[in-house]
Amino acid sequence: MSKPIPTDRSESVFEDYKHEYDAKQALIEANRCLYCSDAPCTQACPTHIDVPEFIRKIATGNLKGSARTIFEANILGMSCARVCPVEVLCVGDCVYNQMGVPPIQIGKLQRHATDRAYEQGWRFFEAGAPTGKSVGLIGAGPASLAAAHELRRLGHACTVYEKRPVIGGLNTTGIAPYKMRADRSVQEAQWVLGIGGVQLETGVEVGKDLTLAELEKKHDAVFVGVGLGPDTRLGVPGEDLPGVHGAVELIERLKLGKLELSGVKSALVVGGGNTAIDGVRELAGLGVPSVTLAYRGAEAQMPGYRHEWLAAREVGVAGAFHAVPIGFEGNARVERVRLVRTDAQKKPIAGSEFTLDAQLVLIAIGQSTLGQMLSGLSGIGVQNGSVVTDAAGATGRKGWFAGGDCRNGGKEVVNAAAEGKAAAQAIHRHLGGKDA
Amino acid sequence: MPDLSTNCGGIRSPNPFWLASAPPANSGAQVQRAFDAGWGGAVWKTLGVPIQNVSSRFGAINYSGTRAIGFNNIELITDRPLEVNFKEIYETKKKFPKHAVVVSLMVETEEEWKAIIKRSIDAGADGLELNFGCPHGMCERGMGSAVGQEPKVNERITSWAVEYSTVPVLVKLTPNVSDILPHGLAAQRGGAHGVSLINTIKSIIAVDIDRFVPEPRVGSLSTNGGYCGAAVKPIALHMLARLARSDDFSIPISGIGGITNWRDAVEFMLLGASSVQVCTEVMLKGYRIVEDMIEGLDEYMQSHGFQTLDQLIGKAVPAYSEWGDLDLNYETIAKIDEKKCIGCQLCVVACHDGAHQCIHPAKESPGATATRVPIVDESECVGCNLCKIVCPVPDCISLVPVDNGFAPASWNQHLTGGATLRPKKGAH
Ligand SMILES: Cc1cc2nc3c(=O)[nH]c(=O)nc-3n(C[C@H](O)[C@H](O)[C@H](O)COP(=O)(O)OP(=O)(O)OC[C@H]3O[C@@H](n4cnc5c(N)ncnc54)[C@H](O)[C@@H]3O)c2cc1C
Ligand code: SF4
Repeated sequence: MSKPIPTDRSESVFEDYKHEYDAKQALIEANRCLYCSDAPCTQACPTHIDVPEFIRKIATGNLKGSARTIFEANILGMSCARVCPVEVLCVGDCVYNQMGVPPIQIGKLQRHATDRAYEQGWRFFEAGAPTGKSVGLIGAGPASLAAAHELRRLGHACTVYEKRPVIGGLNTTGIAPYKMRADRSVQEAQWVLGIGGVQLETGVEVGKDLTLAELEKKHDAVFVGVGLGPDTRLGVPGEDLPGVHGAVELIERLKLGKLELSGVKSALVVGGGNTAIDGVRELAGLGVPSVTLAYRGAEAQMPGYRHEWLAAREVGVAGAFHAVPIGFEGNARVERVRLVRTDAQKKPIAGSEFTLDAQLVLIAIGQSTLGQMLSGLSGIGVQNGSVVTDAAGATGRKGWFAGGDCRNGGKEVVNAAAEGKAAAQAIHRHLGGKDA
Repeated sequence: MPDLSTNCGGIRSPNPFWLASAPPANSGAQVQRAFDAGWGGAVWKTLGVPIQNVSSRFGAINYSGTRAIGFNNIELITDRPLEVNFKEIYETKKKFPKHAVVVSLMVETEEEWKAIIKRSIDAGADGLELNFGCPHGMCERGMGSAVGQEPKVNERITSWAVEYSTVPVLVKLTPNVSDILPHGLAAQRGGAHGVSLINTIKSIIAVDIDRFVPEPRVGSLSTNGGYCGAAVKPIALHMLARLARSDDFSIPISGIGGITNWRDAVEFMLLGASSVQVCTEVMLKGYRIVEDMIEGLDEYMQSHGFQTLDQLIGKAVPAYSEWGDLDLNYETIAKIDEKKCIGCQLCVVACHDGAHQCIHPAKESPGATATRVPIVDESECVGCNLCKIVCPVPDCISLVPVDNGFAPASWNQHLTGGATLRPKKGAH
């Protein structure tokens, strides 16, 4: 069982940044869809949801069929509708963009259909006839959930091992609350596991509480969906001062509990990626009066999505570019950050030091990788910390498969969902099953 | 400035836009507001022995989110006392002497026709319109389309009306017949000064799929109604043109059926209408639509150098011919403008599933590229137009004539004179 999350959480103050469609708004938007053939939006979606088809079904009032079309391709369609960076995926490829016409709001329509399914209790899939085979899945994040669901449809018994007390992975602990709050992700995980026949072991860390060898012995196949590891550190003096946090670590705390921020007048978030951008928006949304993002390159070089950064700018956060921290200072806790300017190559410029006040610092320069945990198993390749697999998700060791952030180095929920499902089909073939 | 003044069978109005006999022309206050808004004439809601109506009365067909592209009603003729109607006609005429007030009538016996015609003319009617068209309710009582479907009855009642009337008489025809021509000719023989067409089409607009009752629903029952609105325009245009191109038919026509804007009105006029009547679009959008109708017609006439309506009325009639006279050697093929194409590939699926399988995705064609601009296999394209119809981008697909070296040849010329036809395309 997943441990219930507290109802009183810091993230609860956030409202949806992209508002929800009501039935009439959904109908108008659905009717705008051109119903393209071999549609670019479907191709752009990593799970290849038949977007024009699910939208047409909304337009005809066949909401149940619409939800079925979505979940058939992507069982995490409810959360993806909220968290996908649609601007660079399906919506970004809508042909209306070519016409200079606003593209179809695919995420909002997908949310409209999938929310109805949750609301009405529609379920579409049943477990397959038991095959007698058992699969162990490490991690209860999006990748494992998608894999487990597909494996159950194919009739294989599943056990999911999750080191945390809550399930859903970063979808529960990491997603910016103005996109989705944690309870929604937990609800989704439970809905997915509602197919039945999945044994859930929370609080079990594989490699510690259960060895890889034991796991291999217990199951006919293993799926590795462990995601990424702890936040990367800068490695500069003062980083251990209270008030300096890894961004993902702090985001998890605001998602699952209450953060005490009353003494924080200014906060600094270090990094230029999506986690950094989420961090500044979250701190601003929680009422920190002055929030600054410090990035070592130029604004235009930020690896985070431009649309997200523009939205952050709108809530009043500041950007310090070509700047990198070289130390944190303070008595009992962090009070100041010393930074240095960088040149066009992002290299520090001698003598350009300056300081910024900050009672809270988030380090958002990336997460470490966990591939190393498999290094004891012969045959499994690890490259740049990511697990090496073939296109379907099979590692070099018989019976071992992987998908999601631990395989792709850290992408989106929708990629984890696609990879988990594909790996489940590969596992099925490995276990002697025919192509589904 | 073009002159929009109109003369339809002797009924004159400042412009050709008339309200049709229907709810928007139900009362004096309404008609006067319509005239203030710019309408040139109004055919008053049909007078006869006032009836009792049902609720509900209207139904509509929506398509892909567009509401009421077709409409139907089971409302009958006026339910207001005749004296009130006549008083309001009188007042309206006094206020708007130059506008056309045509009174629509529907009664049974000769005596009744004689009496109601006199009262209408006394009230100031500029013309009469005999309602031989209503396809629901009244026809069950032997009036409306029950008259319009019998050329002999039509001719007889028309001749009574013409005899008792001192103002022009229009006969409103029902489309619920297999061929409109005998009915138009019957009205002409009866001495009518013109005809109006089409009245509504017998229809069931929809079925309530949860209650298992057709619409519009009156308690637990429904009945067939009269279909109108934008969707009926093609039927109306055909019937209008059928009369207009007949050598035997020579009286003016007031066009009705699915006219929603100035473009529709121009089409009706090009096929022979000398005035046009509008009901449904006014019911849906209000009298205010006439502003754009007048402006649009004016601009259109200027752009084509027409000074008076006579110069355009019937101008497209000669181009309406028999299939057998069409040039079978005229060949077109679809061309896609690469710069405009947005890659939706709607033409691909339409051509594959609904036409001749000759537009292909670029990626499946020889020398495949990343482009989503489809490729037309010109050797197979029959020039049917389907791709152009489904394309969401204006002027992206055009059907371009090709010079195939064959002299024009129609089927009739082929049959009678052995004219050479080009080899068939796509017929394998
Ligand atoms: C701050 C932040 C914001 C994000 N925002 C978005 C967004 O808006 N949209 C989007 O699509 N994606 C977003 N992502 C990315 C997204 O969350 C991930 O791509 C996705 O969750 C990856 O799924 P996964 O199953 O591979 O890994 P995870 O979600 O990381 O799940 C892995 C699970 O495995 C567990 N685990 C790890 N090691 C062990 C072990 N040894 N034994 C047992 N259990 C273990 C972990 O506790 C975790 O529950 C965001 C990520 C972050 C960090
Ligand atoms: S899952 Fe995400 S990318 Fe795919 S269609 Fe839905 S919103 Fe778009």
